Amino acid sequence: MRPILLQGHERSLTQIKFNAEGDLLFTCSKDHIINVWYSHNGERLGTYDGHNGTVWTVDVDSQSHFLISGSADNTLRLWAVATGKCLYTWELPTAVKRVAFSEDDDQVVCITEQRMGHQGAIRIFDINREGDGTDQSEEPSSMFNPVGSKPTVCTFAHTPGMILTGHESGKVALFDAKTGEEVNNNERAHMDVVTDLQLSPDRSYFITSSKDKTARIHDTRTLAVLKTLQTETPLNSAAIAPNRPYVLLGGGQEAMSVTTTSLRQGKFETRFWHKVFEEEVGRVKGHFGPINTIAVHPSGKTYASGGEDGFVRVHHFDESYFKAKPYGDIEPED
Amino acid sequence: MPVPNGISHSAEEDDIDYSDIEAKYRVEMEEGFDNIIVVDGVPVIDELKLEKLLSKICKEFGKKGLTVKASSIHVPWDKTTGKSKGYIFMELQSPEEAIYAQNAMHGHAFDSKHTFAVNRFSDIDYFANLDETYEEPQASTYVPKEHLRAWLADPQGRDQYVTYRNDQVAVHWHGKPSQSEVAYEKANWTELYVQWSPQGTVLATLHRRGIILYGGPSWKELIRFAHPLVKLMDFSPNEQYLVTWSNEPIVVPEGAPQGPQYFSPEDEGNTIAVWDIKTGHLLRTFPTQSNAQDDPNAKKQMQWPALKWSGDDKYVARVTPGQQISVYELPSMALLGKKSVKIEGVVDFEWCPLGDKDKDEMERDAKTPSGLVPGKAKKVRENMLVYWTPEVANQPARVTLMSFPSRSLLRSKNLFNVTECKLYWQNQGDFLCVKVDRHTKTKKSIFCNMEIFRVREKDFPVEVVELKDTVTDFSWEPRGERFAIVSSNDPNLGNPGPGVTIKTDVSFFQLEHGKGDFKLLKTLSGRTSNTIRWSPRGRHLVLATVGSSTKSELEFWDLDFTAEDAGRREGQTFKEEWGSGIQILGTADHYGVTDVEWDPSGRYLATSASAWRHTLENGYAIWDFRGQEIEKHILDRFKQFLWRPRPRTLLTKEQQRLIRKNLREFSRAFDEEDIAEESNVSAELIAHRKRLVDEWNAWRSRCKKEVADERRKRGKKANEPEPEAAKEEIAVWIDEVIEQIEEEIMD
Repeated sequence: MRPILLQGHERSLTQIKFNAEGDLLFTCSKDHIINVWYSHNGERLGTYDGHNGTVWTVDVDSQSHFLISGSADNTLRLWAVATGKCLYTWELPTAVKRVAFSEDDDQVVCITEQRMGHQGAIRIFDINREGDGTDQSEEPSSMFNPVGSKPTVCTFAHTPGMILTGHESGKVALFDAKTGEEVNNNERAHMDVVTDLQLSPDRSYFITSSKDKTARIHDTRTLAVLKTLQTETPLNSAAIAPNRPYVLLGGGQEAMSVTTTSLRQGKFETRFWHKVFEEEVGRVKGHFGPINTIAVHPSGKTYASGGEDGFVRVHHFDESYFKAKPYGDIEPED
Repeated sequence: MPVPNGISHSAEEDDIDYSDIEAKYRVEMEEGFDNIIVVDGVPVIDELKLEKLLSKICKEFGKKGLTVKASSIHVPWDKTTGKSKGYIFMELQSPEEAIYAQNAMHGHAFDSKHTFAVNRFSDIDYFANLDETYEEPQASTYVPKEHLRAWLADPQGRDQYVTYRNDQVAVHWHGKPSQSEVAYEKANWTELYVQWSPQGTVLATLHRRGIILYGGPSWKELIRFAHPLVKLMDFSPNEQYLVTWSNEPIVVPEGAPQGPQYFSPEDEGNTIAVWDIKTGHLLRTFPTQSNAQDDPNAKKQMQWPALKWSGDDKYVARVTPGQQISVYELPSMALLGKKSVKIEGVVDFEWCPLGDKDKDEMERDAKTPSGLVPGKAKKVRENMLVYWTPEVANQPARVTLMSFPSRSLLRSKNLFNVTECKLYWQNQGDFLCVKVDRHTKTKKSIFCNMEIFRVREKDFPVEVVELKDTVTDFSWEPRGERFAIVSSNDPNLGNPGPGVTIKTDVSFFQLEHGKGDFKLLKTLSGRTSNTIRWSPRGRHLVLATVGSSTKSELEFWDLDFTAEDAGRREGQTFKEEWGSGIQILGTADHYGVTDVEWDPSGRYLATSASAWRHTLENGYAIWDFRGQEIEKHILDRFKQFLWRPRPRTLLTKEQQRLIRKNLREFSRAFDEEDIAEESNVSAELIAHRKRLVDEWNAWRSRCKKEVADERRKRGKKANEPEPEAAKEEIAVWIDEVIEQIEEEIMD
């Protein structure tokens, strides 16, 4: 499994995303740039220029038509995937930490930071898909401020109108998008900051990663913890591999202490865990800084990781990955 | 009678009998005699000598820090003879002082004929009024105690180990995977660390207030030793005595409990205490040796153990550097021969350990009453210690063997150009190696000599092995005739820096029978290993790189790889090529390893990375002797790993021979067990996984149904994922040569 090294960023990666077909890979970084690559060969297709601060987050709709991005320059931008043009810019009071498209692509949820007297807020914008996409309403369709610990990650849950969030305290919660009411929560899902939250293809369960060195799989409906994967390093990202019973975890030593630790101590590896047996099955080395974000191709044949070191590594799985049966014939369904 | 608050008591109230309440709430008045002592054994005098006697008594008490005025002494007189009665009453400042006076002056020799007997007046009063009728003491019912060696009777023959992580101390069984389990676990069992006794009988925990020993299958508390702020402890080899040390000098606060198991005011200021383990009594305390002697250059670090035990627990000795070795006899803890051995300049000493042979002989001696068979009873070897003195003025440095209690000098050897000596006994007491760091005349470079004393032979012959490099670690093979050394000529040696890994050579030496000298077996050069760990059974050893941030290798070596049966090795002359049996069995790596320890059977090795040294990948691993990893646990805040030691085998020589003879029979049974175990474990594991997968699948199908329902409700068709094949994109990569230009350079 020879990785393709994508060297298109000058600073650490913040989030990477495959589109629905998996042929494109979007990467964003602290260097203000969003890149898009062909996932099969690592060729760069283009960039989305315009942000004036760290791009914290990016998401693409299911038709690969629109791209949404959030940045530390306090803007949320809508881009045309094909042309790289910025279609619309929402000016927000603070930095945008997380964005996500709804399943139907007609809504976008974003988290803004709690800073400068502004409370951390979750906003939902309706996306007007008619026309060229430049005609968007400036006002969010709904907005609310979750009380208590501030949210760090969010996405649309299993049903429309439900927002799934992960919080700084380790809480995982479900909010009603319209009223902002906390429908359900699990206060003790994690013991530390929730750093990533990725849904299963059918949105019925999701995986969260946390600085408390664990990743957990939850039932979206009840928020009950189904599986706990205990590692020995703080985790920054967790992804579910379709078609194989694995999840991918990435993390490593805190970025601030990286320079004082050796490569080996840092544990900058992507770990593969069996999601049902809660056992580690393998590791992929390569990054020389903590892994900040991991994404898996929707078909499960490729995965990519973005690190604090500024590199994105795209791995196409070998044949053996699909054939190997480390646990014999016992294989769970998806 | 003035009536308080103007309330008058009615007549009825006055009639009430309060005597029962008064009796109940009567304040027990101080008797007032607690500060009076009765001193018996005072010379009988007539009135003329009274003044002189009183002043003498006052002086004697004054020596102990008690100020007594003549006026507070009452001397009763016998009116018929006109002489004193031979005892006096003395009033002291306070009851505490009276207690102290009793402790200090009881048994005090006033003069050659008179010895004071001091009692407290209240005691005399109490005993005089003691009820004369005899009351049968209640015989307490016998409570059977747990067997302290119960773990040895484990049907599976497993060993135990203790781990200390965060504040959790756990005792584990180590056996086959299905038999490895936690035997006992307790949070906050210790405050500092835990320690096994040398034969594994008890586990000691250190607390702010002292040491507690635990043992038996249920880990009940056995006994406590109250030494506040104790930091270090050491058992005697036969687990009879305990030495403790605290950096805080002993203070006996007022009102502290008194008794043989507690410190008394005489112990104040001392830091080392010796205890009897069985009774819990304090035997003696010592101050810490100030080996600095006003020399600021001297190493401040205290030597531990500060008291060194002879192999049979009969003697304990300590060195006063530069002056003397003091040997104390147990259990009285009295200085042997009433004086220390004065040795000018002595630096360090070591007792000769007792070998199995010596122990057998001692047991035999104990069985046959002495004097019955005088001809047959071979004299048990006397306890021996070796010490060394550095070069002083024109005197050469010297290593001396001395026996105890006879104090006869057995052998001494002069050495020259000595920087430092280290004394290493082989664990059976057969050999002694004195590792001598020598400097050249210019004192620029240091090299190493090993002076090896063959202690069991007549006249203690000495063999010298010279090396050009500095020897950093030395280790005898337990019960063997071999030793291994780590030597280095790395220029960085001695100034360790971050990331500096010192290159070392490891060499093995063996005694050549007949010639009686030690010959090099093999040298492994260019290693980084700095630690040698011999298996307690000999033959196998592990070389480890400990304490390095970059290297953490473990090498597992077998020194008799070609020998058929290690058991038959004894007495067999080596016909094969010298050193041909040395073979590496495996290598392994335990990142950040800080401790390496063999289990008592020599089958397994434990390595651990302790949070006391660094905080990276703390945890422990257990390997077999070939270097195969058996288990590994990475645990945050992991601190300590200790195998439980085993006592000497209880089987006789004959029984052991029988086992060796029938080894095949035994091993067949064990092999069968192993196979059963293996299939058992895998069956269990498979069943467990099957269950997990079934649960997951059930949950998934429920989920899928719900999702489909939901979608239908929302008026969408349940969009089943399209068949994969339809979406499959067939990517064919064709290398196509579009244009090819060949350049040819024409001359």
